[in-house]
Amino acid sequence: MSTLNLLNPSKDNLQTNLYLGSFFVGISLLDVFLNSFLKLNITSFLPSIISIILPFLLGMFGLHLMRIEFSGIKNLDRLNKNINTNNFNAALTLLIIFLIIKAIPPVISWMILDANISGDSKDACTGSGACWTYIKVWFKRFMYGMYPNEQIWRVNLAFIFLVVLAFVGFITPQKYRNLLTLYYVVIYPIIAFILIYYLISGGEFGLEWVETGAWGGLSLTFIVSFFSLIFCFPLGMALALGRRTELPIIKYVSVGFIEFWRGVPLITVLFMSSVMFPMFLPEDFFMDKLVRVIIAISLFEAAYVAEVIRGGLQALPRGQYDAAKSLGMGYWKMHIFVILPQALKLVIPGMANTFLALVKDTPLIFVVGLAELAGMLQMAKTNPKWLGYAMEGYVFAAIIFWIICYAMSKYSYNLELKYKTDR
Amino acid sequence: MKLKKILPQLATLFVVVLIFGFFTMNAQLNMENRGIDFGYGFLTQESSFDVQFSLIEYSGSDSYGRAYLVGLLNTLLVSVLGIIICTIIGVIIGIARLSPNYLIRTTAAWYVEFFRNIPLLLQIFFWYYAALRALPLPQDAEAIFGASYLTIKGFYTPSLIWENLDIFIYSVIAAIVAIVFVRIHAKKLRENQGKHLPVLNISIAILFLLPLLTFLFGGVNVGYETPELKQLAKTSFKFEGGLSIPPELLSLVIALSLYTATFVAECVRAGIQGVGKGQREAAASIGLNRKQVLNLIIMPQALRIIIPPTTNQYLNLTKNSSLAAAIAYPDLVLVFAGTALMQTGKAIEIVSITMLTYLTLSLSISFFMNWYNAKIAIVEK
Repeated sequence: MSTLNLLNPSKDNLQTNLYLGSFFVGISLLDVFLNSFLKLNITSFLPSIISIILPFLLGMFGLHLMRIEFSGIKNLDRLNKNINTNNFNAALTLLIIFLIIKAIPPVISWMILDANISGDSKDACTGSGACWTYIKVWFKRFMYGMYPNEQIWRVNLAFIFLVVLAFVGFITPQKYRNLLTLYYVVIYPIIAFILIYYLISGGEFGLEWVETGAWGGLSLTFIVSFFSLIFCFPLGMALALGRRTELPIIKYVSVGFIEFWRGVPLITVLFMSSVMFPMFLPEDFFMDKLVRVIIAISLFEAAYVAEVIRGGLQALPRGQYDAAKSLGMGYWKMHIFVILPQALKLVIPGMANTFLALVKDTPLIFVVGLAELAGMLQMAKTNPKWLGYAMEGYVFAAIIFWIICYAMSKYSYNLELKYKTDR
Repeated sequence: MKLKKILPQLATLFVVVLIFGFFTMNAQLNMENRGIDFGYGFLTQESSFDVQFSLIEYSGSDSYGRAYLVGLLNTLLVSVLGIIICTIIGVIIGIARLSPNYLIRTTAAWYVEFFRNIPLLLQIFFWYYAALRALPLPQDAEAIFGASYLTIKGFYTPSLIWENLDIFIYSVIAAIVAIVFVRIHAKKLRENQGKHLPVLNISIAILFLLPLLTFLFGGVNVGYETPELKQLAKTSFKFEGGLSIPPELLSLVIALSLYTATFVAECVRAGIQGVGKGQREAAASIGLNRKQVLNLIIMPQALRIIIPPTTNQYLNLTKNSSLAAAIAYPDLVLVFAGTALMQTGKAIEIVSITMLTYLTLSLSISFFMNWYNAKIAIVEK
């Protein structure tokens, strides 16, 4: 039995070091925990500065004692390897754990414990926490904008149809699989347009006409990003091919187009679509604001899509082009059957990022007076009956956008794995 | 065969000319009908609107041209501050994502996932309308480090008052020039005689000593002015003096840098991961120490991967700074494409100038980047 050396913990005194170490770490965590959850300061008898840094010092000492290499205890080794490799790492570990423990109670009490959701006016919110009543009352506005309440079923119906139709790809029999691309690129957008035009906009078949200015909320976010996404993809593909041809005029027109849109911020493009573009049209020609915005966003994103696809085209080895040509394929045959299927597979992550950026850019349409989710929040926030609940609104919108974007990025990651072909 | 090449090009040209012709014709007709004349003469006219925050002297009696300059400088200010802060955060998070410590790695990953997946506009709104509104009023604000105040009306901190500032700036420039010479000399020495000079220490010494000399002999002096609480009315208080940063700028910089930092972090991570393990091992096996491995082997290769996408992110940040218009920070878009456009009604001229400004900014940076990439590219033999 060797003497206990606290400065150099070694395997000789494994049990003692381990117990002592976990005791100190436990005390330090307990102190912070009680401090933060129960507002109880068990070290209040000490001077205030020591009381504050004591858990940190105890934790550091405890982790130091526990840092024994090749102890033979599986969990201890894993702990040491992952969060306790040296003093610096141990300090960071402790700080992060303390931060998490400190942050949980205020967040939980604000979001859940002290929050109110009952009632339907501001008076219901008495607690010091969040006022989810605000979200509840405004929920329809946040989802559908100023769309008339009794007509909202039309928006829901249109979206249900669109979602159902989008799942066609999963149930088509193997025989018709090769028609799917045609369906998704041509037929589906047309159906979507018809649905939105007749069902959401209305004006025919006895449906009341709802002007686009009344559309809004999350459903507008979906409509704008959906159509922009559909239009920008083929346009971007054409531009990418245009940039890669040897025909000088087509090449430089594409380069100019791409560089122009990539060089300006979206907000100025939207300004252009709202104040400058009408000047360029014949006087009696009226184009709806929403249509102008969708065109502007599509043109803008097409430039980014083009650059992503160009990356994929460039990444293909020359041999693919040569092989296709040697089989006697022309330009279009070569691209449709050999080049594009491979190139598009390569650019899935890049495309997903671009589409994500598109969805995240849609709130910008508020500058031209269209209020989607973020715009509706701005409107609700300034309502005199509901002043002072900006925080709840932003948290709510942030959660919704975060879920949408996170799901998209995870889906693209799975897609990437699915289509990954080793070359 | 010739025809097959010429025909599509002619068709493209025809369509482009047609579209532009159609637009120009309509624009001329429309402007004639509305009685607007086209021209950039308005830039010298008196603007007669005020701007909340500007880096240069500006009042309503100045011209629209000067208002444009005010907006441009404000945009550049936000961009530069954002770029500096997002680089610092981004590099830290990027390195943290590769940490052997599980907790640090996961926290960094969640930071990236969290801030990347929320629209920037929402984040700006959050900081401006929700987070900064929760700050205390000027009269209730507590001092940070004795003399700085973070209030609902902005951040107030002591400002420095310089005497003979120009001499000080010249000395800093002289120090930088001297450092460049030292570096060139050290490189020569290393390549010709194999001697190593402690370049970093010498550089730091020059950078500190030369400006210090100006304090002792050049008559340079620095004082400071602290913000003072002034009572305007019974319940209205205001800080005066010192350096004040408006809440618009504050929230814009915070949101932009937190958002862009996630992308910078991903670039940094990709760059460091992109340097093969073999490089590190090879460097160690020829006897370089840890610092030398990092400075001479890892960093030069990692930077080659990191810099191009990171510049792209800086460019994005600059373009995203135009979201300032949403919270009324007087940047180029708000001052020029907003207020000035409202007053003059010169939609085509103003929107085109604004777009051209951003276009010039990003094209010049991307030309510089192309040049830089070509310069640092690995020359294959």
